[in-house]
Amino acid sequence: MFKAFLLKYAEIGVKGKNRYVFEDALVKQIELKLEKVEGEFEVSKVSGRIYACAKMPFDYDEVVEALTTVFGIVGICPLVQIEDNGFEDLAEKVIAYLDEVYPKKNFTFKVNARRARKNYPLSSPEINMELGERILNAFEGVKVDVHKPEVMVNVEIREQINIYTMEIKGAGGMPIGTAGKAMLLLSGGIDSPVAGYMIAKRGVVIEAVYFHAPPYTSERAKQKVIDLAKHVAKYSGTIKLNIVNFTEPQLYIYETCPHEELTIIMRRYMMRIAEHFAKQSGCLGLITGESIGQVASQTLQSLNTTNEVCELPVYRPVIAFDKQDIIDIACKIDTYETSILPYEDCCTIFVAKHPVTKPNLNVIRNSEQKLGEKMEELVNSAIETVEVVMCAPQ
Amino acid sequence: MEAYLDNSATTKVIGEAKEIMQKTFEQDYGNPSSMHLKGVAAEKHIKASASCIAKLLKVEEKEILFTSGGTESNNLAIIGIALANRRSGKHIITTAVEHASVLYTMAFLEEQGFRVTYLPVNDRGVVELQELENAISDDTILVSVMYVNNEVGAVMPINEISQIIRNKKPDIIFHVDAIQAFGKYEIYPKRQHIDLLSVSGHKIHGPKGIGFLYIRDKVKIKPILFGGGQQRGMRSGTENVPGIAGIGKAAEVVYSSLSQNVERLYELKDYMIEELEKLDRVKVNSSAGRDAAPHIVNVSFVGVRSEVLLHALEDRGIYVSSGSACSSNKHAVSATLKAMGLKAEEIESAVRFSFCIFTTREEVDYALEVIKELLPVLRKYTRK
Repeated sequence: MFKAFLLKYAEIGVKGKNRYVFEDALVKQIELKLEKVEGEFEVSKVSGRIYACAKMPFDYDEVVEALTTVFGIVGICPLVQIEDNGFEDLAEKVIAYLDEVYPKKNFTFKVNARRARKNYPLSSPEINMELGERILNAFEGVKVDVHKPEVMVNVEIREQINIYTMEIKGAGGMPIGTAGKAMLLLSGGIDSPVAGYMIAKRGVVIEAVYFHAPPYTSERAKQKVIDLAKHVAKYSGTIKLNIVNFTEPQLYIYETCPHEELTIIMRRYMMRIAEHFAKQSGCLGLITGESIGQVASQTLQSLNTTNEVCELPVYRPVIAFDKQDIIDIACKIDTYETSILPYEDCCTIFVAKHPVTKPNLNVIRNSEQKLGEKMEELVNSAIETVEVVMCAPQ
Repeated sequence: MEAYLDNSATTKVIGEAKEIMQKTFEQDYGNPSSMHLKGVAAEKHIKASASCIAKLLKVEEKEILFTSGGTESNNLAIIGIALANRRSGKHIITTAVEHASVLYTMAFLEEQGFRVTYLPVNDRGVVELQELENAISDDTILVSVMYVNNEVGAVMPINEISQIIRNKKPDIIFHVDAIQAFGKYEIYPKRQHIDLLSVSGHKIHGPKGIGFLYIRDKVKIKPILFGGGQQRGMRSGTENVPGIAGIGKAAEVVYSSLSQNVERLYELKDYMIEELEKLDRVKVNSSAGRDAAPHIVNVSFVGVRSEVLLHALEDRGIYVSSGSACSSNKHAVSATLKAMGLKAEEIESAVRFSFCIFTTREEVDYALEVIKELLPVLRKYTRK
């Protein structure tokens, strides 16, 4: 019965003269998502609202699922569209609609008419009253509640007439492509995919970098990260994943620096390498899944030590989140199941039993000094041998 | 160079099996239950395969039941016997080192009110007969023991076990999981007093998704799959004709030159063990010589985590297992190695090399050479 969707957006609405930029980006993102589902849709901007109208039969659930992954949409309203054949016909269609969608006739309702086409013979309040009365007469057991109705019967009079009562929660946020690009440090863990998702939600295009250390980490660990990127890509769009072989630099740090400083120094180099790729592809920031105090390398002291090697701002969207809160989002975006697969990642393979938790910046810098030019060579070679995988949503 | 030394996980399908399977895909693709000629042609493949296997085991054709593989054979044997004989008793005996498809089936039966005794093993992975004698009680209905342990290649004293059963309580049903033994040993269930025998196709150069269970005639057993009544009602479901044709052919080929093959495997195994024992901080967990299976060499390279060595070897074209493939996708320690009393550092560094009829001396030499090269490097970088 539904042939179209009204797609509501919130934050974009308060934008000023550049509002059209955001609207156009949203329309484009919706089109991109709907290209991948069965059927054909026309997405249009009509006086501050976005409609997606089906031009042929489609799979309702599939379309709704696709639309719930579009950042920028706060509500998805499935519409019934009818021609204007007079008020009597409208009333009949509204009653037929309610009859089908609400099998139990014991709800409270309110009619909310919007007369966008002003030559319609009845005014909005008149439509509200007239339709309300017809509905009350049609179904025993329904009641009017103008304050907190269970069913809001929306009737929009345009060239055609739109009827809708349901609003499915959208993904929220801002349309992808309206806020520049950033580089995500993606591991196989729970936090970094969530961090990527959260930043993408604000309209940022995501690129990612992953460090692997064969033979200490396996091909499956790498595949797991590719799978995670594909999950996030469902929301963010295709992610370019830079896979860096970090074995040589890591072993060299292991040989040269105090063992309890290994993780911190490794992370400093990971940030440097990530920043290299970020600058190369025009990213304006780095993104990590760090959360204060979660592990030794995520105390404020450690973060201070790893942060200082970058010029670009580092965005840490889950910095103040408890693990469970991060897990909740991971479950929502369907990355959790993949994240908990038990493959070793390169941060844990040589981790010290008692790593430093309050690194001293000068001490760390001194240790790094010892690495000398050879480290530069190893890092450059790791950068040169990067493997790029485009991770499209599955 | 490539060296596939993970044949206890699975093997390459041999040409003869592939050929006959091709025929069942393209020509004899009928449903064996169909009444027309196409059905008859398909049924002939089943009969031919069953007859071939029956001959190798010196049993009746009707005592061979085709399944989807080793796991199903073990499940059917254990659950089927438990259900059919629960009025005679609710006690089952097995060992602590069985494959997961036996151990988890036992755990399921424990939930259903059965009592299960898990016999311990000695430091070579072999069950002690005295323990079995002590465990048998008035309500014991089933003894289930593996022929060859999949992780270390230990061989269980099957004949002695059946002897004890006959002496102490002859109505006990004896099930043998022969998945790692079939194709390496001459197995004669009648002579050895084995009532049920599980075999898998893909461990003997046949295809995956096929196996069989020998069920001695007159043994009381219930099916665990119901439906169209195929295979005398013991296992409903349209028969996997290509798989059945493939396993029969593979068995025939493997057994046609069994003694030469096995002889060569023993030489390879003993050679590899000898060479490995020359290395520093290496503990071979498999026994050399005839006391253990000819195709499995389990070794602990102390100081190198098995997964790391596995991936380093894979990088050089050498494929091995860490522990047993079936249990290594969970982060669980090997039950067999633990039961054998190995230290934690020996368990986490254990790697399994396993051979097949195609394994060459060159492959083993190549593996040894690469291991010698890798060990010092890998041992340099460890968790401190």
